[in-house]
Amino acid sequence: MATELGPTPVKPASGAPAVHHGPKGVGEDNRILSQGKWASWLLAPTIIALGVVIVYPIISAIVMSFQKDAGLDPATGLFTAGGPAGIQNYVNWLGQQCAAPGGGTVACPPGTLGGQFWSATGTTFLFTVITVALETVLGFWMAMIMARSFKGRGLVRAAVLVPWAIPTAVTAQLWLFMFDFNGIINKVFSASILWTGSEWPAKWAVIIADTWKTTPFMALLILAGLQMIPAEVYEASKVDGASAWQRFRLITLPLVKPALMVAILFRTLDALRMFDLPYILTGGANNTTTLSILVINQIRQGFNSAAALSTITFLIIFLVAFIFVRFLGANVVEQSGATGKGKK
Amino acid sequence: MKTPRFLFPAATAGILALTLTACGGGGGGGTTGGGSDAEANLDGRGPITYVQGKDNNNVVRPLIEKWNAEHPDEKVTFKEQTDQADQQHDDLVQRFQAKSTDYDVVSVDVVWTAEFAAKGWLQPLKDKMAIDTNGMLEAPVESASYKGTLYAAPKDSDGGILYYRKDLVPEPPKTWDEMMEMCSIAKENNIGCYAGQFKQYEGLTVNASEAINSAGGSVLDDEGKPSLNTPEAEEGLNNLVEAFANGNIPAEAITYQEEESRRAFQEGKLLFHRNWPYIYSLISTEGSSQVKDKFGMAPLPGKDGPGASSLGGHSAAISVYSKNKATALDFIKFLTSEEQQKFFANQASLAPVLSSLYEDQELVSKLPYLTVLQESIANAVPRPVTPFYPAVTQAIQENSYAALKGEKSAKQALEDMQKSIESAGAGSQ
Repeated sequence: MATELGPTPVKPASGAPAVHHGPKGVGEDNRILSQGKWASWLLAPTIIALGVVIVYPIISAIVMSFQKDAGLDPATGLFTAGGPAGIQNYVNWLGQQCAAPGGGTVACPPGTLGGQFWSATGTTFLFTVITVALETVLGFWMAMIMARSFKGRGLVRAAVLVPWAIPTAVTAQLWLFMFDFNGIINKVFSASILWTGSEWPAKWAVIIADTWKTTPFMALLILAGLQMIPAEVYEASKVDGASAWQRFRLITLPLVKPALMVAILFRTLDALRMFDLPYILTGGANNTTTLSILVINQIRQGFNSAAALSTITFLIIFLVAFIFVRFLGANVVEQSGATGKGKK
Repeated sequence: MKTPRFLFPAATAGILALTLTACGGGGGGGTTGGGSDAEANLDGRGPITYVQGKDNNNVVRPLIEKWNAEHPDEKVTFKEQTDQADQQHDDLVQRFQAKSTDYDVVSVDVVWTAEFAAKGWLQPLKDKMAIDTNGMLEAPVESASYKGTLYAAPKDSDGGILYYRKDLVPEPPKTWDEMMEMCSIAKENNIGCYAGQFKQYEGLTVNASEAINSAGGSVLDDEGKPSLNTPEAEEGLNNLVEAFANGNIPAEAITYQEEESRRAFQEGKLLFHRNWPYIYSLISTEGSSQVKDKFGMAPLPGKDGPGASSLGGHSAAISVYSKNKATALDFIKFLTSEEQQKFFANQASLAPVLSSLYEDQELVSKLPYLTVLQESIANAVPRPVTPFYPAVTQAIQENSYAALKGEKSAKQALEDMQKSIESAGAGSQ
């Protein structure tokens, strides 16, 4: 380090001062420069690692999505590479078109994965909207309770985390037992509902299980936000005679909003790629197939078409995240801007 | 001092680039023509790896120890996968795609054989690599073959069995119609009449194909093309649809997988029950079982005689990328030899593929269902043998599920199945 950071003379910027460095001297300028160089070297491994684990697979998937799936050579009975497909895979998914026996495409008959694209998209968004809404309301309520000081608060906070800590696959299996026709839920309510046997019960089964599992996550993120609010603000408003509802609406809500938006964003993105719960509970039957289930099922039938579908899913999720960050003010990206504003 | 500083990031980049190329080899489309790989290393001898799903009954390890003691220079290493069939399948696909030499002998489910063979991943067991299939049951051999070539050695088999309440039904039904007539007995006793597995999953493919095959229909013809637009297929599927409609199959059976349906039968809620042989020991020993000594076993009922069971089970195949195929071949011969087959049956209740063992007194007294099972497997029809199996099973599941729930007629469901399967096969050219 020392050798390079020494007072090596650098050509003073002659002519128009294109670059302004304020009052800094020439030596400092050089130091910043070489620090920047150092920083980029230090960052290089991280950036390369990100490139390998994120950029490369994404690009590779996009490249694959423009290839046809392997087809069977009738003479040998062996699969042969499909060759370039252009945007046909995307067109097929979006238009729900399947290969026709004589060549060309037809509308996908029931029983093909291609025929499920829009219903899977609808199901995914339905699950997302309902579960995130339920989780936000319940999570908020739980956070408000946990934020108060009472005996055994630590215990409650730890206990609340239990559903979140159990692996989803295990949760799904537990709920599957509970939703069994002879299971505990039907016994307790002395009902005879075929939970996984028809459309809406199956959907509600997934929604209930997902809400149970992820509300704690929501509650903890909101709780963190609640604890940022200084107690004086509440005291002052009480002195001013604000009612409980006014304190909630005018103090708690606005101040907890940044944390709340981040929590909702995280949960939304999570819910959009929901897989394990419906996969284990219903196997995707009764219109509970989400986009992720569709991708996994398609991988077994043809990679390239699955790559196209996962690219579409990626774009959908990306779009939702973009809307959140850009228009709804979920500030995960520009953290510094947020704190700057807050200080004013 | 300067050089190392520049070297470090460069070296890091270099190593990462290497990793990247290594990964890159595995990516790619997923198509091979087989060809030269199937000719290579036929005489190779040396250590090999055997891959199969979770060894729940601890039978594989003792066998491998035995082999290793006899073959110190050709030791077998056991690679144990999870107990989930889907995960086992995906793990194998990944290895094969990367042309990995890590896996030499793999255990494949009967329904994967055609797919793997058509991808050119399995060593054809012919000429120098041939094995002796005399004495093996026919259906398992058929399900391990693709386009007339054997690609795997049948290792264990499985077939559906009709479990019935012998305290209520003295003589088991031979045909579907007989069974439906006996449903009045179930009504008198206030229990459900019949159930198999009807949730939308692989088990539904098994049950629906059994219904179709038992009525004389078939899912695919000999060419591998769908053949579902037949009166026989319609009658078969309709049998199930009607039984659901008139309550002979209780409504909750639409949520049944193997375990749910077994519990219903063993709690005494069913008169007839279709399931695999594995439930025999559970029904006869589990504490909660109400029917311990009140049940009998029979072949599945068909149209005029015994029905056509779907076939389960596993085969052992050699990867075309294996370096030591001669050792691998010896090992699969060892796995399918009479002695090891008997060991499998004794220790893990796995149905043998050698017909002689079904007469073995020692085994029959231990596993009383063997005689029935032999008949079941003798009449068994492999689940559709096609490289497009995932699409075919999807088409059968989704459409027959809709039919069973009364959302569409059996005829319509079969037409949709036919079209879906045609479309799956048409994707190619």
